[in-house]
Amino acid sequence: MKFGVLRFPGSCDEVDALYAARRVGDAELIWHGERDLKGAQAIIVPGGFSYGDYLRAGAIARFSPAMESVIAFAEDGGLVLGICNGFQVLCEAHLLPGALLGNANRRFTFRQVELEVVNADTPFTRACAGGEPLSIPAKHAWGRYYAEDRTLRAMSEAGQVVLRYAGSQNFNGSLDDIAGVCNEAGNVFGLMPHPEHAVDGLTGSTDGLKIFESMRLAIEGVSA
Amino acid sequence: MRARVLIRPKAGILDPQGVAVERALPALGFAGVSGVHVGRLVELDVEDSAQLEPMCEKLLANPLIEDYEVEILDGSG
Amino acid sequence: MPEAPRAVPAPSLKDALALGLTRAEYELVCEKQGREPNRVELAMYSLMWSEHCAYKHSKKLLRTLPTEGPHVVMGPGENAGAVDVGGGLACAFKVESHNHPSAVEPFQGAATGVGGILRDIFAIGARPIAVLDSLRFGEPLSNATGGARARYLLDGAVSGIGHYGNSIGVPTVGGEVYFEDPYQQNCLVNAMALGLAPREQLVRSAAAGEGNLVVLFGASTGRDGIGGASVLASAELGGADADGGAEVDRRPTVQVGDPFEEKKLLECSLELLHRGLLVSLQDLGAAGLTSSASEMASKGAVGIDIDVAKVPLREPGMEPFEVMVSESQERMLCVVEPANLDAVMELCEKWEVGGAAIGTVTGSRRLRVLDRGGLVGDMPVTALVDDCPLYELRPAKPSKAVYPPPPATLAPDATPRQTLLALLASPNLASRRPLFEQYDAIVQSRTVRRPEQADAAVLAIDPAASAGTASAEGIAGEPVPALAVSIDGNGRRVAADPYRGTVAAVLECASNLACVGAEPLGTTNNLNFGNPEKAHIAWQLTESVRGLGDACRALSAPIVGGNVSLYNEGAAGPIYPTPVIGMVGRVPDARRVAQMGFARAGASVALVGPFAPSLAASELAKLRGEPLADGLAEIDLDAVREAQLAVREAVRAGALQSAHDIAEGGLAVALAECCLAGNLGAEVALAEPFRQTTSPAATERSSTRPLPPAATVLFGEGPGGFVVSGSEEALCRLGERTAVRRLGLVGGEALCILAGGDSQTGPLLEVNLAELRNAHGALAGLFP
Repeated sequence: MKFGVLRFPGSCDEVDALYAARRVGDAELIWHGERDLKGAQAIIVPGGFSYGDYLRAGAIARFSPAMESVIAFAEDGGLVLGICNGFQVLCEAHLLPGALLGNANRRFTFRQVELEVVNADTPFTRACAGGEPLSIPAKHAWGRYYAEDRTLRAMSEAGQVVLRYAGSQNFNGSLDDIAGVCNEAGNVFGLMPHPEHAVDGLTGSTDGLKIFESMRLAIEGVSA
Repeated sequence: MRARVLIRPKAGILDPQGVAVERALPALGFAGVSGVHVGRLVELDVEDSAQLEPMCEKLLANPLIEDYEVEILDGSG
Repeated sequence: MPEAPRAVPAPSLKDALALGLTRAEYELVCEKQGREPNRVELAMYSLMWSEHCAYKHSKKLLRTLPTEGPHVVMGPGENAGAVDVGGGLACAFKVESHNHPSAVEPFQGAATGVGGILRDIFAIGARPIAVLDSLRFGEPLSNATGGARARYLLDGAVSGIGHYGNSIGVPTVGGEVYFEDPYQQNCLVNAMALGLAPREQLVRSAAAGEGNLVVLFGASTGRDGIGGASVLASAELGGADADGGAEVDRRPTVQVGDPFEEKKLLECSLELLHRGLLVSLQDLGAAGLTSSASEMASKGAVGIDIDVAKVPLREPGMEPFEVMVSESQERMLCVVEPANLDAVMELCEKWEVGGAAIGTVTGSRRLRVLDRGGLVGDMPVTALVDDCPLYELRPAKPSKAVYPPPPATLAPDATPRQTLLALLASPNLASRRPLFEQYDAIVQSRTVRRPEQADAAVLAIDPAASAGTASAEGIAGEPVPALAVSIDGNGRRVAADPYRGTVAAVLECASNLACVGAEPLGTTNNLNFGNPEKAHIAWQLTESVRGLGDACRALSAPIVGGNVSLYNEGAAGPIYPTPVIGMVGRVPDARRVAQMGFARAGASVALVGPFAPSLAASELAKLRGEPLADGLAEIDLDAVREAQLAVREAVRAGALQSAHDIAEGGLAVALAECCLAGNLGAEVALAEPFRQTTSPAATERSSTRPLPPAATVLFGEGPGGFVVSGSEEALCRLGERTAVRRLGLVGGEALCILAGGDSQTGPLLEVNLAELRNAHGALAGLFP
């Protein structure tokens, strides 16, 4: 299968996402100015500081030509994964509900966190078991998930809350300890922690690989 | 004409910057301060003031988490 | 006879003095020019001849340092140095200071310090892969205003480093911070960076080719930092000007950094180099266009003409001298053949960075400044770059103490247990987690050892290569070559003994590398000292450089580049002499790098190496409020080097589960750190008297020699000691090469240190992990 990884001016973890995706399939970078998604079957909107996080994180990136194509791709049911800044872009583009605010501790924080898989029945978590703990690093200053109360209730009922920070690991103040959410149709998923940095035992845990593997399963339909 | 847009965090959402400033002021000797909120300011020259609100809705503010206020300043930019 | 410059208000000697030149220097400038300099010329000379740019008081000393070696690809003199790391690749690295700007505005000072050192790396064609920082502040826990200021500077500097490094996508993988009264008025912010490039693609900065174009690209030019270089960095903060005249306000316009701009600049620069579009490249740092253009011209033995009217400006109405000395960030200067100009501009546009041809390379060997074609400044390049007078230091060992004793914070009758907890909770030893959690240490996917996981950072050279290998535990698949890097320094020990203290700092850096199986390939250094015109500071500097040279020679780790920051003193006195050492080493296989923390219950724990602890200038002596020792114990360099080699090879062989260099706080603190990092206790006994040994077999026993007190054995400091854990066999093999003293076993929930031998008394100290962790977390309160 083929992944497309977007690159904006200011993206930082796009190459890391590329390497991670290449562990399960092919992957190519897509420059923000291009509309052609190069036949990608899944799109990754990576972490970093697109456009310097100017105005609001992700506020400018969402209008790029590449994102216009990604929005159409998502509306057609294509798989879209947003990581950290990518999650922010997807919320700004209204592909996902809610918004990401500044961390409650007002600081950029880098920490290996334990996440709980709340919904293992999405194309992004199918390789996980319900309730399974995933050890994945988080590194951000604007990761506090917010949505209005009624939105949160609806999301919870519809299984749109996919990942939560376990125990006391919610350092950014996200409501309901939400670490990752998907849209109603389940084909767009955003999370603040970085699964692309948890794919190699040499540099940390390998739990993040399950998210990429899940996407491969969703596209190819069979186990490796 | 010159316009000024003030963008504020919506009431009811935790504003840690506001909290931090509110805590810091008494330590510097300023008593009786409360209700501090920290927002953003955008100033711009526009030809058509009718565009300002759509600009705010689409880019300058995120209406889910922010309120905004548009002010036309006297005279041109 | 050069064309007479256009009439501008003529400056005088008084202006020269205000800009930091001495009377004698001004007269020399007049001689070089053949007349009095005009405003543009005076501003440029004042910067190029400042201590910061010209190294007037240090250049002669620096010439004594070893700079050559089989791994050196690029030595001192270019934007950064570089060493060969195998596989056709070179690692570029350097450390630089941004001390004075950080004291004025810590966030931007530290941020732009990181920005500046990163530009030095990509200016030679290397992609930056990591940043480390070395910081010094006053005591942060003090209730006096000094404490508040120290906390303010610490908070600002850490935020600034994080802001810049995180935003640009370069991981901050290590560093150090110390808190001492002498840094109260003059904080230190040193930033180190490393990068990788194919050996053949490293680029030099010499301008070449008469008729070639000089192109400025990056951010637009404003009034940032005008006068920054000479005005601040060459004089004590708040002091009188050079000839003893009235006090001058030396606060410059602060430089403001934009990491997003620099990210674009980095990609643009690397692509320009990759496409072969540039003749040479130089970044703009201190003294802006003035130093970049003149240094490029000097290296190429050519001249350069610059028209300030062609420089894209951010501020209206900037005068020619302002354009030439502006320190606006995120700008690069390059030389381009005219045929390539269009391609260069196109690439700048692609990356959304500004670019403009602002000058030409000439054969004149002069730096000429024009304004809309009219000449406003005309100077010989050699006069600006090479002819600044160099001064002899007049060193003299001080006859009385330079530094007042620190206040005592530990009672003289404190028990070993109380002492250990007090040391772990002291700002110099407590966990730095609240700081390094503000840094992204993993972007670029290379980081095999993160902060607090090992004594040095470890970075896989090719992050894509380990795809397909088994986990870190398994050994299937190909070795993963990696780099190790550490930055170290201890001002207080250097103050006690500038020669031996500096040797010890170099040894500590190399020991940190040994703990992850790396041998040093090269060294970078930042010399942070007070006013060299004072005899006792000159003595510190001279002795320190002597120690630096001797140690680097002994370890075959030549200096490939560095920086000097002088005049770090205020009314309260000078900083501790603080040479900061950065070293890069090669790790053959990142799957075999051990870790700091104990790994497995039941493993044997040993003290390895010629460790000869002493309380002189130690952390314990500081807590006790003792005056600074006069001199440190002699160091057996050969024995230390042997121990480093032995530990390194044992780690590489996978024989050791953990390895940790014994540094500040001594053996007991090192043991506590191993317990905390591994979340495992240990039970150890101090079985033998600790004497300096020069060979593994000899152990001196003499009933007539007094044994050192428990405090010395537990908390004494000195180079050449390691705490390791592994199998009994591994320790036996290690014992064939260097001194190995069995201490005990990993296990349990507490650190228990017994007196050992025949002693029937209870443990010297016993503290459970929770209590150790609680003490060790003392810095969290500084970052609410």
